Amino acid sequence: MGSELQPAAMLPEIFLLFGALVALIGGSFLPRRKQWGSRLVAVAALLGAGVAAVVALAGPARTVFDATYAVDTATGVARLIVVVATLLVVLLAVDELAGDPRESETYVLLLLSALGAVVMAGASDLMLLITGYLLASIPLYGLVGLGRTAAAAEAAMKTYLLGALLGIGLMTGVVVLYGVAGSTSYADLARSLPGAPTAAVIFGVVAVFGGLMFKAGGVPGHFWVPDAAEGASSTAAAFLTTVPKVGALVAAFRLVSVLPASIDWTLLVGALATLSMTLGNLAAYAQDDPRRLLGWSTVSQVGYLLVPVAVVGASDLALPSLLVYLAGYAVTNVGAFAVVAALPERRSLASYRGLAGARPWLAVALVVCLLGLVGTPPTAVFVGKLTTVTAAWDGGAAWLAVVVVVNSVASLFYYLRWVAPAFRPGDPAESAAAVPRPWAMRAAVVAGAGSLGVGLAAGVLWGVVSGSLVT
Amino acid sequence: MLSLLVSFPLVVALGLLAVPRLPDPTARWVWVVSEAVVVLAVAGLWAAYDPDTSGLAFEEQVPWIPGIGSSYHLGVDGLSLPLLALTAVIFAAGAVYALREQQRPRVHAALFLFLQTTCLGLFVAQDLIVFFVFFDLSIVAMYFAIAGWGHGDAARSALKFFLYTFLGSLVLLLGFIGLYVAADPHTFDMVELSAATPLADRPVAGGLVLTAILVGLAVKTPTVPFHTWLPPAHTDASAVGSAVLAAVLLKMGTYGFVRIAMPMLPEAWRAFAWAIIAVGVVSVVYGALVALAQTDVKRMIAYTSVNHMGYVVVAVGAAGLVAADDPQARAVAVSGAITQMVSHGLITGALFLLAGVLYDRAGSYDLASFGGLAAPAPQLATAFALGAFASLGLPGFSGFIAEFQVFTGSIAVAPITAVALVGILVTAALFLNAFQRLFTGPTQGHSTGFTDLRRSELWSVGPLLALTIAIGLLPRPLLEVVEPAARTVVELVGR
Repeated sequence: MGSELQPAAMLPEIFLLFGALVALIGGSFLPRRKQWGSRLVAVAALLGAGVAAVVALAGPARTVFDATYAVDTATGVARLIVVVATLLVVLLAVDELAGDPRESETYVLLLLSALGAVVMAGASDLMLLITGYLLASIPLYGLVGLGRTAAAAEAAMKTYLLGALLGIGLMTGVVVLYGVAGSTSYADLARSLPGAPTAAVIFGVVAVFGGLMFKAGGVPGHFWVPDAAEGASSTAAAFLTTVPKVGALVAAFRLVSVLPASIDWTLLVGALATLSMTLGNLAAYAQDDPRRLLGWSTVSQVGYLLVPVAVVGASDLALPSLLVYLAGYAVTNVGAFAVVAALPERRSLASYRGLAGARPWLAVALVVCLLGLVGTPPTAVFVGKLTTVTAAWDGGAAWLAVVVVVNSVASLFYYLRWVAPAFRPGDPAESAAAVPRPWAMRAAVVAGAGSLGVGLAAGVLWGVVSGSLVT
Repeated sequence: MLSLLVSFPLVVALGLLAVPRLPDPTARWVWVVSEAVVVLAVAGLWAAYDPDTSGLAFEEQVPWIPGIGSSYHLGVDGLSLPLLALTAVIFAAGAVYALREQQRPRVHAALFLFLQTTCLGLFVAQDLIVFFVFFDLSIVAMYFAIAGWGHGDAARSALKFFLYTFLGSLVLLLGFIGLYVAADPHTFDMVELSAATPLADRPVAGGLVLTAILVGLAVKTPTVPFHTWLPPAHTDASAVGSAVLAAVLLKMGTYGFVRIAMPMLPEAWRAFAWAIIAVGVVSVVYGALVALAQTDVKRMIAYTSVNHMGYVVVAVGAAGLVAADDPQARAVAVSGAITQMVSHGLITGALFLLAGVLYDRAGSYDLASFGGLAAPAPQLATAFALGAFASLGLPGFSGFIAEFQVFTGSIAVAPITAVALVGILVTAALFLNAFQRLFTGPTQGHSTGFTDLRRSELWSVGPLLALTIAIGLLPRPLLEVVEPAARTVVELVGR
């Protein structure tokens, strides 16, 4: 049944693509002061994609377009996460972008990159994975560079160079895997890779993984993340530390699920996970700029998110735990960046002093999001972390469970370095003078509430994410 | 019913937060009235509870995350009911004491009401994940209580408290996950896990899981060598914060022993019994000796907590010595352990509130900077004397009932535990010494012009001491609830 073309199955993707096109063309005709029209287009496209994704999620799991694209639970949930996270980013971006000469273009790039992330998540063929990679990456370079400051230019350059390098690696890996398997479709890979030369398979997979880690922002493709988080606009920073990860990690999960069991992927992916979380945490210690701190924190989060990927096939909890963690992470991370976006002038941890007295809601959102990232119950990331650790142990990698726990404790320290000044009494005059940006503040509160709500309603969410992959 | 009790303080807290313009006196009284409601509700629960029920009373169960076998499962038995009552009483005393709180009383009340929800929830939780959620949230709330309303080097102490106990909680969580993975079918339900004892025939795995759980709980209790977070946290916390921390939060650790570790891992518990006893004895003696060396009243009381929690650890360790084949003695020991949790809560809660009075008047906890306080402050002297005598285990106070049972039970199955009696001697010495230096002799230093207990202070400390004496003289109502539960725990460990 996978052989026919079924455009209806790709309705969410089509919404994103057409939204981008309409915003692009419409935006060039709109006067600068009326570019909010593009924002409406973007929001409408995202809402349409969201509704279509929910409808598709209720339908049967299948592959479409000659089995190159999987429409299953993982794709469905990834679509929803991407849509919700992008909507939150658009919400927090309102203050920053309103009246900006690049407003329409930013929405176009956001929609296209979101589309790329979704395609990566659903790709069931290595060729389509490359397409998704490029579609997700190229708009991202533009997004980072739109800031037009020296820091943004440097970050864009770094992102571009690393993306290009690891992208070539990804393509090389695909070529090697194609060479030994005779096909790029995941269904064929699952059949023919067990008989292929081990060294070639490992080389190909590692090369592909390099590209995926660039998109996810995990070791070894993480170098661009802190620079981009610090140098790019708040909008771009929130987006690029959240949405591409969703696509990359689901893609990694799909890839590992078709690899031959004779090779110890748990060790390989587990090692990457350990490196990501440890390096991210250690580097975050020394940061004084909240954006850079968050940038490194997202590197460590990729480490936790890789844990379920390490135990693919060994535990039934692996896929649901990855999806729950991704959902919780996306909401929580955007929430933390929304707080930063609401207070763009505060570029050091100490400058958050007095926040709780002056802006209690923002301070509460900050605490919920940061403690959420640590994995404090009952937030969404807690449920994600709990289930990933359980999945690791259940899948025979108890050592990985211990690594996650140790790193979680270590991460608490630097998040508290940020929380503590926010709750210390500050200079009232100074606090009153700094008025937070209203839309970003709303986004932060919505995300904080979402983080709590998703955690408390985890049972419902679990019902949605429990499913299996189709190849 | 239980959900209502647990969520009531949280609802009041949210209400307080939602009204930023609430006048301070109203906020303080809202807290006191809510605490009165909680105390009445728990009293009603106690009256309605039948000690002879086997299993849980007032049980509630709703699926939460069915995919990982976790449900919102609450219930009460003879182990949890006394601690529920303790929580209600201590927070009520704290609310009355805080009638004089000047620093953001509305947010203060909301924070402590939230903390109370976590404490009540923990003691009625019958699912490991629900237990963990409340365990972790209590740490978060206490962090803000120390950092926001503490004094001295509060930020640093709060950070140390958070990091240390958070580490403990995550190690505990690892242990929980170990139990989950080992159980067939996988579940986090405490009742099912106690019935199944999933690791009974796998000594190595069982030992590892128990180690994780023990370390997690030992950090919270705290026992030597995991106690180092406690003295700074207590010294720099506010009086109410210290009282709640010592009286209620420390009990989460010891409660975990009898609720989780002993029934779910009986095999491993028996294997570890001697090690647990050893840690307990060391905690008793070391805590007492270090307390003796303190010149700061609050640090001293903090170290006596290590000492008093040590008795609990000795008793629950002795309960694992099945070879002694004396189930009755072991039941007495466990019953003593539970009584000690309540007793220590009441006494130490009162003592920390009294220490708060010293700081309120003089801004110091230094023993040497006072002297002859009995003349200007006779009520304070009386209250402190009662608290001190209760704490050192004098007959007529709850401490005696508790420690007598602990030692009767423990020495019967393990005579070596008599070493811990040294702890009582040292405690007696240190309290008498502290009392002398603070209250007797010529009035000097900060004691000059010292204002005696104010009404709110008297009405917060007084009921705690009265309860201590009531339990000391009439222990039956408490023991009738505790003893059947203690027998059940001993049976479960002996399986």
